[in-house]
Amino acid sequence: MADGAAPTAAGPAARLSRDGLPLLLFALLAAAPFAGFGDGASLTLMARAMILALAATGLWLLVGGAGLISLGHAATLGCGAYAVAILDAHGITEGAIVFPVAILGAGLFAFLTGAVSLRTSGVHFIMITLAFGQMAFFTAASLAAYGGDDGYTLYGRTEFLGGRLLESRLVFHFVCLGALALVWALCRAVLASRFGRVLRATRENPLRVQAVGFSPYPYRLAAYTLAGMTGGLAGALLANATEFVSPAILAWQRSGDLLFAVILGGLGRLHGAMLGAFAFLLLEETLSHVTAHWRLLFGPLLVLAVIFLPGGLVGGLVGGRRKPGGPA
Amino acid sequence: MGAAAALLPARRARAQQAGIKVGLVAIQTGPQAALGTQLRDGFLLGLRHLDGKLGGLPAETVMIDDELKPDVAVTKVRAAIERDKVDVVAGVIFSNILQAIMRPVTESQTFLISTNAGPSTFAGRGCNPFFFTTSYNNDQVHSVMGQAAQDAGYRRVFVMVPNYQAGRDAAAGFRSRFKGEVVDEVYVPLTQLDFSAELAKFAAAKPDALFTFMPGGLGVNLVRQYRQAGLANIPFLSTFTVDESTLPAQGEAALGFYTAAPWAPNMDNPANTRFVRDFEAAFGYVPGSYAAQSYDAAMLLDSAVRRVGGKLSDKAALREALRKADFHSVRGNFRFGVNHYPVQDFWLCKVAKRPDGKFQTETVRKVLADDVDPYAAECRMR
Amino acid sequence: MPIGLLLVQALNGLQLGILLFLVAAGLTLVFGVMHFINLAHGVQYMLGAYLGATLAAWTGSFWLGLVLALPAALLCGLVLEVAVFRHLYGRDHLSQVLATFGVILFLNEAVRTLWGSAPLPMAMPESLSGGIPLMPGLLYPTYRLAIIAAGLATALLLWFLVERTRLGMLVRAGASNAPMVSALGVDIGRLFTAVFGFGAMLAGFAGVLAGPIFSVEPGMGDNLLILAFVVIVIGGIGSIRGAFLAALLVGLLDTLGRSLLPELMRLFLAPSPARQAGAALASMLVYVVMAAILALRPAGLFPARGA
Repeated sequence: MADGAAPTAAGPAARLSRDGLPLLLFALLAAAPFAGFGDGASLTLMARAMILALAATGLWLLVGGAGLISLGHAATLGCGAYAVAILDAHGITEGAIVFPVAILGAGLFAFLTGAVSLRTSGVHFIMITLAFGQMAFFTAASLAAYGGDDGYTLYGRTEFLGGRLLESRLVFHFVCLGALALVWALCRAVLASRFGRVLRATRENPLRVQAVGFSPYPYRLAAYTLAGMTGGLAGALLANATEFVSPAILAWQRSGDLLFAVILGGLGRLHGAMLGAFAFLLLEETLSHVTAHWRLLFGPLLVLAVIFLPGGLVGGLVGGRRKPGGPA
Repeated sequence: MGAAAALLPARRARAQQAGIKVGLVAIQTGPQAALGTQLRDGFLLGLRHLDGKLGGLPAETVMIDDELKPDVAVTKVRAAIERDKVDVVAGVIFSNILQAIMRPVTESQTFLISTNAGPSTFAGRGCNPFFFTTSYNNDQVHSVMGQAAQDAGYRRVFVMVPNYQAGRDAAAGFRSRFKGEVVDEVYVPLTQLDFSAELAKFAAAKPDALFTFMPGGLGVNLVRQYRQAGLANIPFLSTFTVDESTLPAQGEAALGFYTAAPWAPNMDNPANTRFVRDFEAAFGYVPGSYAAQSYDAAMLLDSAVRRVGGKLSDKAALREALRKADFHSVRGNFRFGVNHYPVQDFWLCKVAKRPDGKFQTETVRKVLADDVDPYAAECRMR
Repeated sequence: MPIGLLLVQALNGLQLGILLFLVAAGLTLVFGVMHFINLAHGVQYMLGAYLGATLAAWTGSFWLGLVLALPAALLCGLVLEVAVFRHLYGRDHLSQVLATFGVILFLNEAVRTLWGSAPLPMAMPESLSGGIPLMPGLLYPTYRLAIIAAGLATALLLWFLVERTRLGMLVRAGASNAPMVSALGVDIGRLFTAVFGFGAMLAGFAGVLAGPIFSVEPGMGDNLLILAFVVIVIGGIGSIRGAFLAALLVGLLDTLGRSLLPELMRLFLAPSPARQAGAALASMLVYVVMAAILALRPAGLFPARGA
């Protein structure tokens, strides 16, 4: 893996302490099905959490890495999910075809919309990504052949070489975990590479980056496309988890949820996205068991988290406040 | 912090007692929550009339709020089946939610009783031995209005529906029995607030009548704006647009507007009189079809569980007992067709003001008797 | 299309635009002066509608309801400012987006808990309940004409306040250089609070006006908020003039698109798919236009001075 060569990795011990938390998380998730959480409901919830975490990790690359706040990330999830649905409707359920199509389709969408969106910055970037997200939403809602607004029920989960592997919840659990770990490692490697350093520099000081001869645009576009591809993967997994695809996947509120997960986790570290996603689902699960009006509690908690936890969970956990955009 | 461990729901070890647990899927959040409230209250009144028992077994209700999000619904319903061990899943307002939870529920061999959503998907080839509905097939209701328009002798009708599957089905259902000219078919977004542009178009077309399907808040807006635009002299034919869940907000504006339904609060039979009287006493508002059909679902469950002597594990016997539909429906006539969708009468109804100042829909005339939905013939029930 | 129908459609577009402007004006003012993104602006519109509906029902008069709802909306805005927003001025946009998103969740749920989730009725004033026959068979409601008039008057008043008064001068100065204004001895905190409360009141005003024609229900502000953001982004953030023109543009685009696009699509497609495709296209039209405008002019049509 490329991160071995990264200059920030001082030694095995330092690396372990840096990556200790995410590795512990992966280990806990791997052990959970055998430690009394192997029932269907727990597995379903964990799969949802891991998929959300996967999408949030991709988004972190944009927000934490490049300083780009996208309010249209859910659209890439939608691309992935609809790729699964559309292929399914035409009888194609082979994973070796479905997953690459989902990932590349979402990547293409991100590349095209990113090419336009990245001409703007700041609030305008938030709004233009929202605009593209809304366009994707209305397009999905008008796909009458694939359920339109009502959504589309898959005939079955994606197969691999004809085997109905994903039908087993346990296998699906480990597929999600593997995908999450892979995406995390990939994003981490990307951030530690020369590309990642330029990307972070465009966030800290775009003018200086330009002065030393880099144009931020291609770097940002590449990051945007990469984030889109992770979104596509998350979308394809999500479609398999619920065996159902609907425009609700692309709603702008979901983009908001993802952003919230990223911020709640903290911009100090890449694995903040995972922590944030898990904490988000945990909060929602717990509060909705307490009262039907759980948003009455959730809303103020959100406000308090933003005001009193500026570094997010990672900042809170690490203790000291890290400068956002520090080493990932 | 062991986030992963803490993420998992607290597990409740529960000894299997001799009772029956019903997972009730009723939307409680968002603009459509009023419909879920009707559904819930109808079912709860049914239980109250049965002394909290279904077929002699003490009943427990597990509330499931689908939030109108299919993925959320699937997660919560799975949890209800696998963690809470519910014996039956009932409720569901919207078709897309029903379509999402259909497989997880029926594949676990749990009976699913829809008390409102009745998509054609599960009426024909997709009919399912574990699925029943106490409402109707959606298309039937729209086609009733088509028949009513035909009977009234309207020649030119203007159709306006939301641009989603149920909206397109509504337009098709209406056309299936209306033989006159549809002068225009207008599709509006589901998030529509303002109908002024469409109403101007409507007035310019000078039709004999309007047919529309605008559930919930959409209907509240449309009805008021229709009245304000001075169009109320043109008959307003609708489905799921003026009902007891929206009438409190529509009020006078909806007076005299038409709707089609298998039930209305003014129906004169002992079961219905008791239902409406006790419902209003308990919850303080006029019940709508969502409540009535849920009340019927409680009665249906009671009759079936009683017939099998409380033996919920014998699925085949329970299915046979459900098929008998041996209870007094608030609609009067009621039986199940081969696809487990009701065979029943449909009425043209009209919004009226009661002496106490509240609004309700009232039957005008019976349009179709013992109507079987158009998909039943395609069903090969196993 | 007959001229009469076109005129009515244009009036409809104008009226939607006016309503959008009332919401967008507060949003753009708050952003221009404090560089603060307030997603909760939409729920302030909702609060206005609920307060208006409740007070009108309580007093039995639309006008009394309106007059009482305005200070109530102002008060709500001030309470929110002091309790939440004040702590977010110095923070990045992301934190502001999230915290105000939290306020949306809370207030939508609070409204649902207090008033229930069923839509609330609101009667329009007797004197404006009639209509004017602008085309055969259709009455154009007087109330909608009154909304247009009220909106235009408010726009004029705003222009006067911002361009011609001392307070407006401070607001403009605060927008271009807040620390400098502060250094000159102006209590910038109080200025911010005032601007914020005023913006909340404008949104509340729009909510009361919208009450009798739209349904008053939880979450009613969410869709309008997104459109209002489209308006201020197209218009150039911080610019009242830009917001006004963009609001009219969005209102007209949305209304005319909805009535003309399905006809237009019929030139290329069979009638039934044309209607559906036209309707789908009409609902994304404003977003397409916004993306195009931003791609060509990344700062919007009328970028505010110094912002």
